[in-house]
Amino acid sequence: MRHVLALLLALQCLTAALAQERRSGFDDMARETQAMQREDAANPAMLWVDEGAAIWSRPAGAQGLSCANCHGAAEASMAGIAARYPAWDEGRFTAIDLAGRIAQCREQRQHAPALARESEGLLALAAFIGLQSRAMPLAPPADGRLQATRAWGEALYRQRRGQLDLSCAQCHDDNAGRRLAGSTIPQAHPTAYPLYRLEWQGLGSLQRRLRGCMSGVRAEPFAYGAAEMIAIEAWLAQRAAGMAVETPGVRP
Amino acid sequence: MTPRRLILASPALLLLPPPQPARASAEAMAAALRAFTGGAAVTHGRVTLDISPLVENGNTVPLSVIMPSPMTQAEHVRAIAIFNERNPQPHVVSARFSPHSGQAMLATNIRLATSQTIVAVAALSDGSFWSDSAQVIVTLAACLEG
Amino acid sequence: MARVLINIPRQIRAGETFAIRTLIQHGMESGYRPDGAGGVLARDIITSFTASFEGEEVFGLELSPAVAANPFITFSMRVQGSGTLRLRWRGDGGFDQSEVRQIIVT
Repeated sequence: MRHVLALLLALQCLTAALAQERRSGFDDMARETQAMQREDAANPAMLWVDEGAAIWSRPAGAQGLSCANCHGAAEASMAGIAARYPAWDEGRFTAIDLAGRIAQCREQRQHAPALARESEGLLALAAFIGLQSRAMPLAPPADGRLQATRAWGEALYRQRRGQLDLSCAQCHDDNAGRRLAGSTIPQAHPTAYPLYRLEWQGLGSLQRRLRGCMSGVRAEPFAYGAAEMIAIEAWLAQRAAGMAVETPGVRP
Repeated sequence: MTPRRLILASPALLLLPPPQPARASAEAMAAALRAFTGGAAVTHGRVTLDISPLVENGNTVPLSVIMPSPMTQAEHVRAIAIFNERNPQPHVVSARFSPHSGQAMLATNIRLATSQTIVAVAALSDGSFWSDSAQVIVTLAACLEG
Repeated sequence: MARVLINIPRQIRAGETFAIRTLIQHGMESGYRPDGAGGVLARDIITSFTASFEGEEVFGLELSPAVAANPFITFSMRVQGSGTLRLRWRGDGGFDQSEVRQIIVT
C-alpha cells in the first residue's frame, strides 16, 4: 500500500513537473537561429515590422484615416493587445483572432480596401502590433463566452485527421521533444506569430503553420479565417497562457 | 524541389528526364577558385570562416569570415571570396575591402542545397592568398512544405 | 522600394572600427526553382552591394543566388570624422536602391 502511495505521489510530482515544463519552440532551435530572433538587427521579420509601422500611420480609405488617427501611438495603445487574442467579437457574437480584428477595423472603421489573410500588409500590421506585446505573458481573456470555442478547438486538436490519421496532440503532446527526421517536435505554443520561418523565407501566420501541418498529415487544411482555425488558435492560446510573447519570432 | 521530394510527390515524374540544373562540383569549385586567384598558390590559414557544422535549414545559413590585418594602405586584405561545392553554382559571395573597412570582416546568410564543403579565400595586398574551409551538414526537416 | 533596415552603432569614435548591419527585403529568386509548368522561375536577385563614405568605397559585395532571401549583410568601417554613408543595392530587372545615413563621430 505504501509503495502504491509512493508511486502515486511520484507520478503526481512528475505530472506536475511536465505540466510546468512548457517549452517555446525557441528553446529547441539551433544557437544561430536563436541569435537571429534575439537580435532585431539580424531578424528578417523586423522588415515586416517596419512595414507595419508605416501602414499604422498611413491614411487609407475615403476619409483618409490611419490606424494612428484612432489608436495613437501603438507603443502605448497596443501594448499587451496581441497577447489577449483570440478574443470575443461583440459585433458578430463569435471569437475573432488578431488578424481578423485588424482586417475588420480596416474595412468597418477605415472604410479601406480589405487586407486579405496572409497578405503582406496584414502580416506586417500583425507583426508590428504583436511586437508591442513582446516579453509580456500570453493572457487569454477570462471571458466565459470563449469557453465553447476553446473546447471546440481542443477537440479539433485531439481529433485524428488526414491519410496519416494523426491528431495535433499525438505529435505535439505525446511526442513533443522527440525527433522527427532532423527536427525536434515542438510543443506547439503559438508564442511568436507572425514569424519568419526559414523554410518559408518569409513571414507567415499561425494559420499558415497549421495549414502546413494539416497538409503534412495529408488532411484537407481548413481555409484561412475559418471558424475551426480561430477555435484551434483560441485553444492553443489557452494552452500557452502565461508564456512570453516572442513576436516577431524566427523558426527553422 | 529536391530529388527526395520529387519521389514523394509523384513516382511518375521519375520517368521524365531529370530537370535538375547542373550542380557545382569539386572541379567547378576549383575552377572558380582559380579564376579568383589567377592560379596563384593558396595557403591554408590566417583567415577564419565561421559557419555552423550542423544546419537545421539550408535556406538561411549564417556565415561570417574574418582575417586579422592592420588594414593600412601598405598592408590590407583586398578581397575575400566564398565558394561551395554542391550548390548549383560554385560562387557564393565575394567581398572587396579597403583601408576604410577597418578590418576584413563579412557576415551574411547563405543557402546550402545540401551537406557540403565551404571555402573562404582571402586576397592580400601583397599578392598572397589564404584560405579556410568548413564541412557543413544540412539536416532535412521532417515537415517540408510547398 | 524594398524595405531596408540599417543598424549603426550609437557611439562612433574617430579611428575605431565599427560594424554596420543591413537587411533588405528581397526574395532572391535563384533561377533554379521549378515554376510548376515544366520551366524554371527566372532569376531575380540582388547582384551587388556597395558602401561608400564621403564618395569613397568602404566595402563592396558581389552576390550570387546562394545568398539567402532578404539579404543580411554585415561589414565594418573606420572613419576619422563625421560624414555621409551611402549604401547601394543593385540587381536583376534594373533593381537599384540607395540609402543614405549620416555617420556622426562622438
